[in-house]
Amino acid sequence: MKSLEELKAIRDRMQGQVGMRSEDDTQTRVVVGMATCGIASGARPVLTALSDLVQEKNLHNVSVTQTGCIGLCQFEPIVEVFEPGQEKVTYIKMTPEKAKDVVEQHLIQGRIVKDYIIPKTLG
Amino acid sequence: MYRSHVLVCGGTGCTSSGSEEIIQALQAEIDKNGLTSEVSVVKTGCHGLCALGPIMIVYPEASFYSMVKVEDIPEIVSEHLLKGRVVTRLLYNETVTEDGMKSLSDTAFYKKQHRIALRNCGVINPENIDEYIGTDGYQALGKVLTEMTPDEVIQVVLDSGLRGRGGAGFPTGRKWQMARNFVQDGGQKYVCCNADEGDPGAFMDRSVLEGDPHVVLEAMTIAGYAIGASQGYIYVRAEYPIAVERLRIAIGQAREYGLLGNNIFGTDFSFDIDLRLGAGAFVCGEETALMTSIEGNRGEPRPRPPFPAVKGLFARPTILNNVETYANIPQIILHGANWFASMGTEKSKGTKVFALGGKINNTGLVEIPMGTTLREVIEEIGGGIPDGKKFKAAQTGGPSGGCIPAEHYDVPIDYDNLLAIGSMMGSGGLIVMDEDNCMVDIAKFFLEFTVDESCGKCTPCRVGTKRMYEMLDKITKGQATLEDLDKLEELCYYIKENALCGLGQTAPNPVLSTLRYFRDEYVAHVVEKRCPAGVCKALLSYTIDADKCKGCTLCARNCPANAITGAVKEPHVIDQSKCIKCGACMEKCRFSAISKK
Repeated sequence: MKSLEELKAIRDRMQGQVGMRSEDDTQTRVVVGMATCGIASGARPVLTALSDLVQEKNLHNVSVTQTGCIGLCQFEPIVEVFEPGQEKVTYIKMTPEKAKDVVEQHLIQGRIVKDYIIPKTLG
Repeated sequence: MYRSHVLVCGGTGCTSSGSEEIIQALQAEIDKNGLTSEVSVVKTGCHGLCALGPIMIVYPEASFYSMVKVEDIPEIVSEHLLKGRVVTRLLYNETVTEDGMKSLSDTAFYKKQHRIALRNCGVINPENIDEYIGTDGYQALGKVLTEMTPDEVIQVVLDSGLRGRGGAGFPTGRKWQMARNFVQDGGQKYVCCNADEGDPGAFMDRSVLEGDPHVVLEAMTIAGYAIGASQGYIYVRAEYPIAVERLRIAIGQAREYGLLGNNIFGTDFSFDIDLRLGAGAFVCGEETALMTSIEGNRGEPRPRPPFPAVKGLFARPTILNNVETYANIPQIILHGANWFASMGTEKSKGTKVFALGGKINNTGLVEIPMGTTLREVIEEIGGGIPDGKKFKAAQTGGPSGGCIPAEHYDVPIDYDNLLAIGSMMGSGGLIVMDEDNCMVDIAKFFLEFTVDESCGKCTPCRVGTKRMYEMLDKITKGQATLEDLDKLEELCYYIKENALCGLGQTAPNPVLSTLRYFRDEYVAHVVEKRCPAGVCKALLSYTIDADKCKGCTLCARNCPANAITGAVKEPHVIDQSKCIKCGACMEKCRFSAISKK
């Protein structure tokens, strides 16, 4: 027998899942480069880490997705963060550990992780 | 945890165009590419665009793929799911623009729609109660049981202005109130759901049951609390196997979670729901016949009054609402009566689901605010009529409804307007007809259906509809007189006034409305022995224009009755006594030399 509280707990848990199925332009998009170059340099664990962390932290307004080759293959794995109304932020040479920092500092606290972003002269 | 959700439609429409195989191939391909833990495949209910099935939507990008084939799956998985490149060639062409992808909600088909009853259809997995809960499911029930009195619930439903979506449009709140007020002996009451969708061309109830079965369970439980019932029955036709299966699963899950059963949410309130399968008789959609059938008897109507709210199932107070009506209830409870009443027209609030069919480009399911015009539904949402043909009429309400002609193209659709122009809302079938449809033939089609489905209990319906059908048959064969037309009309009114139940009382409507708007077509059949639309075979004749005929012999070779003769390179001739009027010759002729009159 479920109580109202248990029902709310299921709802909160499921909202992260079902919430993805909307076309909401207030969403922050985290995009991982998953072309051959990206995959070869280890984009897959980064992608997995990002999507796991986003779900774990219940970040309902963040979607994690993948894209093809951005053209900066020497800097792969690359992760781009698109926040509505903000300039795109490009993180380079990512690892699952760095991904954790990006989720905690950038996506949750709103502070860009300066150490990991692409040098201005290249971006 | 999944980073991407692939939604594949598992409604009856897409299932029949092969979505089951798509799902299997997709899952296998995902496994092969090692994406099993990253990508989730979700079998959902109907998205509405049945004409373009099987349909697949990939989130978070919201890429809408249409007419997907098993051969396309490896490309979708390796390109889109692995590398993140959308497979543009498979996108629904309305969503493709010059600078990329357009959002689905901006397409003509979805832009004017407002989904309340269908809000979860095509979004959640109907076989997973958690997904329903994730979209606020069972929250309304929680609110009702812990914060509201039964009278407050009924007041909200009354204030919302919700009217029965089965077709007649009786205010739902009033029905509930009548059943609640019956407290003479404190005995059992019942909540029933009419899922016996029988109108040819209507499939909105099926889609709700297939795509979001829990919403019906939740709403019925709310209704049970409101009127003081502890038992509910869903009467669904056995011809809807997917809907039945998903309802069974849903009821099982709800019981497991304690959302059906004793002491729901720890309150004193207990409620359970059982399924009753109908064999598909049209008359069992009539409320008294439906209840007679649930009782285990032959599905025949009984006179009203007494109304079901006083003496219904097993002679106890009963409310009976349609699937779509129930699908609105939890949203009304959660968002309030004013939210719902802010949509629609003065006397018809909220939205209505229509099943678009016939001569229309976007065959499928749409939910529109009341007050939308027929023109908007057909031209914009429906994508117009194929082959540039002209709109002639729209049939609403199935065998109980009537035809709306072009002169009423801009009438806002609501209960009262449709009645005023001789049709009715009905359960929501909307069949579009163009200049190639003969209105007498349409009336005959519906009468044939009614004759078949008449239960035979009362004479006006049993004998009357049969006589009507015979008269219509005479007209389409060119054997009728103008006197027959008058007699037909008189019989219509007689049946309307004297039949026992709704089936008989409304059976003449297709004839009356076509007589009202297309009398000239009837007269053409009777007086000139001519079918203006070229449909009624007995009145047609095919002829070959000797000047245009090149004597290629193609028509003669394709004639199944060997009715065409002529030498090579000489004009051919059709022997009218042998011609079966199949039209094969006209279709084959490359020189437009054959015409029909």
